[in-house]
Amino acid sequence: MTSANAPLLPKLIGERVKRREDPRLIRGLATYVDDLKLPGMLHLAFRRADIAHGVIRRIDVSAAAAMEGVELALTGAELAEHLGPMPIGTPFPAPDHYSVAVDRVRYVGEPVAVVAAADRYLARDAADAIEVEYDELPAVVDPEAAMADGSATLHEGFARNVAVGGYQGGTGVNAETAQAEDDSAMDAAFAEADVVISQCMLNQRLAPNAMEPRGVVARYEAGSDYLTIWSATQNPHILRTLAAGMLGLGEHQVRAIAPEVGGGFGCKINIYGEEYAAAALSRLTGAPVKWIEDRTEAFLATTHGRDILGDVEIAAKRDGTILALRAQLLADIGAYEVLLTALIPTLTGMMMNGVYRIPVVRHELTEVFTNKTPTDAYRGAGRPEGLYFVERAVDMLARELDMDPAELRRRNFIPAAEFPFPTQSGLVYDSGDYEAALDTALAAADWESLKAERDAARAEGRIVGVGMAFYVEVCGLGPSSVVPTGGWEHSGVTIERGGKVTATTGASPHGQGNETTFAQMLADHFSVPIGDIAILHGDTGVVKQGIGTFGSRSQAVGGAALMLAAGRAGDKMKRFAAALMADHEASPDDLVFESGRIQVAGAPEVSRSFAEVADFAYVPVPLPAGLEPGLSEEAFFEPENNTYPFGCHISMVEIDRDTGEPRLLRLIAVDDCGNVINPLIVEGQVHGGLAQGIGQAMFEEVVYDEDGQPLTASFMDYVMPRAADLPAFELERTVTPTPVNPLGAKGVGEAGTIGSSPCVVNAAVDALAPFGVRHVDMPLRPERLWRLIHDRDQNGGQP
Amino acid sequence: MSETVPITVRVNGRERTAAVAPRLLLVHFLRESLNLTGTHVGCDTSQCGACTVLLDGRSVKSCTVFAVQADGEEVQTIEGLAAGDDLHPLQDGFWEEHGLQCGYCTPGMIMSALNLLRENPSPDDARIREGISGNICRCTGYQHIVNAIRNAAERMAPA
Amino acid sequence: MIPTAFRYRRAGSVAEALALLREGGPGAKLLAGGHSLIPMMKQRLAEPELLIDIGGLLELCGVHAVGDAIEVGATTTHADLAASALLRERAPILAEAAAEIGDAQVRNRGTIGGSLAHADPGADLPAVLIALDAAISITGADGSRTVPAADFFRDILTVDLEDGEILTDVSFRPVRSAAYAKLPQRASRFALAGVAVALEMEDGVCRAARVAVTGAASHAQRLPAVESALVGARLPEGAAAACEGAGDALDFVNADLHGSEEYRRAMVAVMARRAVESAAARG
Repeated sequence: MTSANAPLLPKLIGERVKRREDPRLIRGLATYVDDLKLPGMLHLAFRRADIAHGVIRRIDVSAAAAMEGVELALTGAELAEHLGPMPIGTPFPAPDHYSVAVDRVRYVGEPVAVVAAADRYLARDAADAIEVEYDELPAVVDPEAAMADGSATLHEGFARNVAVGGYQGGTGVNAETAQAEDDSAMDAAFAEADVVISQCMLNQRLAPNAMEPRGVVARYEAGSDYLTIWSATQNPHILRTLAAGMLGLGEHQVRAIAPEVGGGFGCKINIYGEEYAAAALSRLTGAPVKWIEDRTEAFLATTHGRDILGDVEIAAKRDGTILALRAQLLADIGAYEVLLTALIPTLTGMMMNGVYRIPVVRHELTEVFTNKTPTDAYRGAGRPEGLYFVERAVDMLARELDMDPAELRRRNFIPAAEFPFPTQSGLVYDSGDYEAALDTALAAADWESLKAERDAARAEGRIVGVGMAFYVEVCGLGPSSVVPTGGWEHSGVTIERGGKVTATTGASPHGQGNETTFAQMLADHFSVPIGDIAILHGDTGVVKQGIGTFGSRSQAVGGAALMLAAGRAGDKMKRFAAALMADHEASPDDLVFESGRIQVAGAPEVSRSFAEVADFAYVPVPLPAGLEPGLSEEAFFEPENNTYPFGCHISMVEIDRDTGEPRLLRLIAVDDCGNVINPLIVEGQVHGGLAQGIGQAMFEEVVYDEDGQPLTASFMDYVMPRAADLPAFELERTVTPTPVNPLGAKGVGEAGTIGSSPCVVNAAVDALAPFGVRHVDMPLRPERLWRLIHDRDQNGGQP
Repeated sequence: MSETVPITVRVNGRERTAAVAPRLLLVHFLRESLNLTGTHVGCDTSQCGACTVLLDGRSVKSCTVFAVQADGEEVQTIEGLAAGDDLHPLQDGFWEEHGLQCGYCTPGMIMSALNLLRENPSPDDARIREGISGNICRCTGYQHIVNAIRNAAERMAPA
Repeated sequence: MIPTAFRYRRAGSVAEALALLREGGPGAKLLAGGHSLIPMMKQRLAEPELLIDIGGLLELCGVHAVGDAIEVGATTTHADLAASALLRERAPILAEAAAEIGDAQVRNRGTIGGSLAHADPGADLPAVLIALDAAISITGADGSRTVPAADFFRDILTVDLEDGEILTDVSFRPVRSAAYAKLPQRASRFALAGVAVALEMEDGVCRAARVAVTGAASHAQRLPAVESALVGARLPEGAAAACEGAGDALDFVNADLHGSEEYRRAMVAVMARRAVESAAARG
């Protein structure tokens, strides 16, 4: 009883542990929203606007309502009697936005009516039978033209379509008013400059395209006034709060469940009109209802990402010292503000310091409504846009100065000794060693050889370029001062009778692997087998509180909350153990968890098994003084600051001279996300991020025509990166822990996305430099590159 | 127009009979009628491959086949891959190499890989990448999927 | 994306399919692999009342040598074309072009007959069959007829096939020195510009050439100017000169976000040159 001969359990943190999520997923046994079937369930289909802008002159759902199997058909005006305008999560003024349009449509794909029918085939038939006539209004498509005299406007009270106007940040700006008060430093820097780089760049509109489209099942139980809503969401707790508000319920009357969720990438943060409509229709019909988005709808009605025009200027000395950077940012946010729409571009502005000790930095941001799908977060959410602008501009400066881009960056880095580093935009970078990451990347790529290889290829007549980009990003969102939904995370840890451990987390993973990483952390903390640990998430009926998964926060905030709760549970358990070992006068402070036992540090012969102590905690006879029975603790963790992961990416691109087709030959990524729990999962996160960043650089763009009709509403026209389009990525890491959470982990979900886009474009511009090219906008369309190579009119034919 | 057609399809080795509307897509027959929800729908233009199953041993996109077309044929889905608790080498490979994140594309990806390895038991990385180019994954950047298929090919190679 | 409702009949023979077609009138459509039709139906761009399934007709399936010709049944899948040893040996252009269509799943299901009858402007096989000077066999209530591939494709999604007729097979005299080159649209993998070339070579000099383009225009068609420029040219050296401006002769050229008219015309020349070089390399 006192001596443990059990083998020592190996530590799991830092190990490549296979994911515990996978067995159900690889066997096809996981339950996504569309896999749910409830008795008597109805299916919803939405009729959507096929014009970009217009007043609904007539809408008639009677033919649909009369069809076989149709339970209910409602216009937006009818639904508005049950659902008010949707809430948003930012402090910016916003126009009313209804789940289903009431009298006017503002983008192709906006719902105008909804039907509930016995199955999804009948629901589709009925939605198609709805008659709608519009008085068309001019479509507002170009964000600059949107602000011009005489442009049509989308919303009353938003003159010139401006949602957020002239919002400034950085040097000489009053942070309260977001207006510049002192131009002297900026003026002096530009006056002193030997070189000024100026470039207007588009960070184009993208479709997030999680492979699982959105979906919702809602069941309203009239007897108990209780709504259960299953949704493909990144944040069930926010859904609970907002759905309760929309339906006039308390949070205690709503249970929101995110079952298995097939990717989010930011587009499943927003709580959508279809979710509220499903809840309302379940209440109205008395039946559970399901709505599953199809991909075409996803292109039209799921939030888009990016779409910011940046006009960037850099002032520098001939020796490469950057004196100042200023940027005019114009965000095309589409037709409405949804949950975080207006906030995202402000993050772009905040990033304009990049990784550099630029003494004078300022941005001015304007956000404009257009007749397009609303924008919101997409992997990186504002930071990729900012870093793209900075890293393209810095690369242009290197070319202008004929300086190696690595050397120019090194010269301007924030030195490792200067962290924590306050930026001009008011952020405080927590920790960093940018030179170490650069050196690691240069060595991994063999930078000098890579350049020689490029030169040799050029000598053969090939069009080849190399490029690099450095990034820093804001991760681990909170604290609450910067996250309108609350910046904390919650966790509960229960040690059950028998010694199994169940933890809940408000982080709601949908591919990130937290069932594994969190279990690794608890296994090490309690020194018990990982198989004895369960991580529960995604259900507000089980997880009492939470914020959700976005902004690379699961580990840095959710993981920290988990360990706080685990610490509390463990401390209490040690007090129970000490009581059991009172004969040995063991103090709780002297006890440690070791391989399934709780023992006196340095005296393993004095111990009790984990299970025995757990059992005792639930039947504590006698109850130790000052202890309540049971082992179930919880914690909220509020970070004191964000975390700031960083990294350096290097790539090599070849362009086909005849066709302009680009090919990514190599991509070397060095990422520093602080301490790592599971390198296998971190690599996966980086790979996925790289593919999305490369997708933006090379392939992807949402395009509208001049009437606001989307030209890229399916995978037939929206170019998704496929396996054969990508090389094998070459990954390295440096490790600079963060001081802002006890784990030292910074977050890694978005990293790869941020560095890779500018890196690939920098390589493409390098390839095209012999043709006099200084800049090319994303994506690297073959025709666009062909025109540059063959000196054709740049405005010919293409968007 | 509401006629139904009787069909008999052998699904994962088991004969299934049903009367289906002609317009019922095979993927909905599998998911709704047979409750085999491991086969997913990720697009509506036959591009993403999430709905890939084997029809008479060949990979097809079950969103682009009517259930009536499968009458008298053999269908294999992700649920039919493991033998009891024994995972198929491809399933083991995907688990071992972290070939999935959100898991949504995974069943279709595995069924495509099965088709590939049937045609080419030891593909190089380029052939693997070409072989799964009918399947879109948004999470992994494909690299761990390529590793997973290579891993499975090695397991499946005759000793 | 859900198709509208329709009636379904499985034909047990070509004769039965013809009878069903007659009975169904203009609302009847043939279904084999369905990879052209079903996507259209899901978008409700096609709403047939009756589908006649000919996918199971063995008499329409397979690649066969018939005398000195090769005959390919209409329901032969792209995968079967790609894997055909007979084609690989005697007409590799068709196997290679089929191997480049879409992706593995599409090739496993899509058929040559469906591709030809649907005549998507970006489909690969129409150009290949024109270059091979294939004869397309069609059966109708009044008997059978054959149409040269070059005359079969009329306009966008429009071919010489009447209601009530069935495309049963294609046949051609195999040519080894033939090749197909395409610039794929990066999302759909259809051809933005694709050129198929069949050459008769003698001692490195081109004696005769058939050249056809797809993707760039409303429908697949010959490029007579390139054909004449190739005759007498020493290849592959003379390929670039013969193919220069190959796209300029087209009356109408598609333009969309993936490629403007100017770009596509230029790409026709590039693909023509590449196809000629590959074909010539086969001797």
